[in-house]
Amino acid sequence: MKICVLVKEVPDAAVEKRINPSTGRLDRGGEKNLNPFDTHAIEAAMQLKEGGALSIDEVVAVTMGPESAKRALTKAVSLGADRSVHLSDDALAGSDVNGTGYALAQVLASENPDLVLLGQQSDDGECYTIGAVVADHLQMPSLTQVIKIDVEGGALRCERQAEYGYDTVQVELPAVISVGDAINEPRYPSLKAIMGAKKKPLETKAAGDVGIEAGRVGYDNARAHCSEFAAPPAKAAGQIIEDEDTNETVEKIVAWLDERKLLA
Amino acid sequence: MSGILVYALHYEGAFNKNSLGAVSEGARLAQQLGTECHAIVIGEGVSDDLAGQLGNYGASKVYRVEGPEGLAQPVVDAMEAAIAAGGHEYALFGGGLLGFEIGAGLAARLDAGVCMEVTSVRVEEGKLVAERPILQDSQISSVHYRSGVGVIIGRLNAFEVAETGGTATVEDLPVEFKAHSLKAKMVQRGEQRGADVNIEDADVLVAGGRGLGKKEGFDALEELAGALGGAVAATRAVVDAGWYSYSAQIGQTGKTVSPKLYLAAGISGAIQHKVGMQASENIVAINKDSNAPIFEFSDLGIVGDLNKIVPKLTEAVKAKKGA
Ligand SMILES: Cc1cc2nc3c(=O)[nH]c(=O)nc-3n(C[C@H](O)[C@H](O)[C@H](O)COP(=O)(O)OP(=O)(O)OC[C@H]3O[C@@H](n4cnc5c(N)ncnc54)[C@H](O)[C@@H]3O)c2cc1C
Repeated sequence: MKICVLVKEVPDAAVEKRINPSTGRLDRGGEKNLNPFDTHAIEAAMQLKEGGALSIDEVVAVTMGPESAKRALTKAVSLGADRSVHLSDDALAGSDVNGTGYALAQVLASENPDLVLLGQQSDDGECYTIGAVVADHLQMPSLTQVIKIDVEGGALRCERQAEYGYDTVQVELPAVISVGDAINEPRYPSLKAIMGAKKKPLETKAAGDVGIEAGRVGYDNARAHCSEFAAPPAKAAGQIIEDEDTNETVEKIVAWLDERKLLA
Repeated sequence: MSGILVYALHYEGAFNKNSLGAVSEGARLAQQLGTECHAIVIGEGVSDDLAGQLGNYGASKVYRVEGPEGLAQPVVDAMEAAIAAGGHEYALFGGGLLGFEIGAGLAARLDAGVCMEVTSVRVEEGKLVAERPILQDSQISSVHYRSGVGVIIGRLNAFEVAETGGTATVEDLPVEFKAHSLKAKMVQRGEQRGADVNIEDADVLVAGGRGLGKKEGFDALEELAGALGGAVAATRAVVDAGWYSYSAQIGQTGKTVSPKLYLAAGISGAIQHKVGMQASENIVAINKDSNAPIFEFSDLGIVGDLNKIVPKLTEAVKAKKGA
């Protein structure tokens, strides 16, 4: 069996994100990192492989993005993926959710996986939607925001928190599952794995290689266009106390609470 | 093409508030566009009475589909069929997990534009424009649709529930589900885990997040809550990690509260948490990261280590109250 894990390079959480006003797109400059949720997806793939209840021949990391996105793949491989695929093409730049999900589905289809895993959200804005988009294109059952996966026969028994409490859902393979960060504790890559990661196969594909129709991707073909950024209505900034002397801090908090009659 | 189609989620004979808000919003927008708002419900044996209730929130027609409730893909099939029959121009969802999942799947199916976390929708030149806060709510972007159908996924409870006193016709819609849509099966729905605590009636809530570091971190919060005469609440991150019970979870997939005092310890202030507590009268946050988003909407922010502050605060509150 083959597991494909979707990964993405995102701006480091410590970097302040901003919009480039001239393009209306997220400014993706600065420090980059593998999207934290994706490390949980890779870990989930490794645990399925090592668990032995499914016989997994390989775990393939897949990303779409510019040249620099290769680093996310190298990181994914150092965490255990056997090889990686990089979908990279100028025609894809500026794709919206609809175009991105379609393009990713095309590259996944060329791999023909038994299971697609991904993080439920990316740090830079795609909002828990890619899994469901990809699944519809691949015609696979799908579940998002999963926090537990057990293998049951040839199917997966997944748990997640939903509107009315916890849901347990059985999903037949092949399937697309997006995972939350509570699902596991990702391992740290060994030094050997880090050193070896650059030597594992990395295949680069252009849009045409996986049959992506040019009219469905890229900024000009986005079905939803973002524009007109505005500041939200201002809310009066709250008071801030830097804790230097904790006794003093606590006194101030108590005084603040008392003033508002919250200690009655 | 015209009209707005709204998905309404229900469980044990009642619609959720978020869905009723979405239907109300759909009706408001439809009126401005000079068109109609229709709703769609899916489930096993949904009664006329239940489906018809959506008329009171402004839907003129309710499509009723016999199928599994609580999973996204059968609803995508159902909405595709309804749109084929009714020619709707927009599909609207309240927030919540299924709204995201169905909305995204439907956008893929119809090759449509989709915008999520929408907090407001306006009409511009006969079209809907969705407003979405981005970058931790520091900016609001406007999203224009350039597809036959536009998919709008609201932020949880962003749309107000409004009763109109209207009525709806209920129309049964036969749907042939895709093979893959039936390959996910609900084994158990709506399971409650952990003891029930009543956080909705508390005037004071002390909420803990991942910054507590471990399950035992909640002991100190329970002490503080006790001293303040309140209850303990939690973020999803710690509930998922098994540190606290789901019944105390605040936010998008938890409870919405508005106590007099909400004291957040070790909570970053993610949007999905914020939507559940932003209506609190006084918000106090303790976080060691001065850049934590929670400071952007707290009335009093303390930048510091909760392990140092919380125990001392508990003592000080006890002393003050005892005095
Ligand atoms: C569809 C969906 C629905 C969701 N629904 C909900 C929901 O209902 N409710 C919810 O809460 N979340 C929800 N989430 C998750 C949400 O996005 C966040 O992941 C979550 O709220 C983060 O919880 P947290 O603040 O406890 O953890 P973190 O974001 O990890 O924040 C921990 C904070 O603690 C601080 N900290 C660490 N150590 C200390 C210390 N010693 N002293 C002081 N501060 C410290 C850190 O600086 C950090 O800011 C949902 C997510 C999705 C995708």
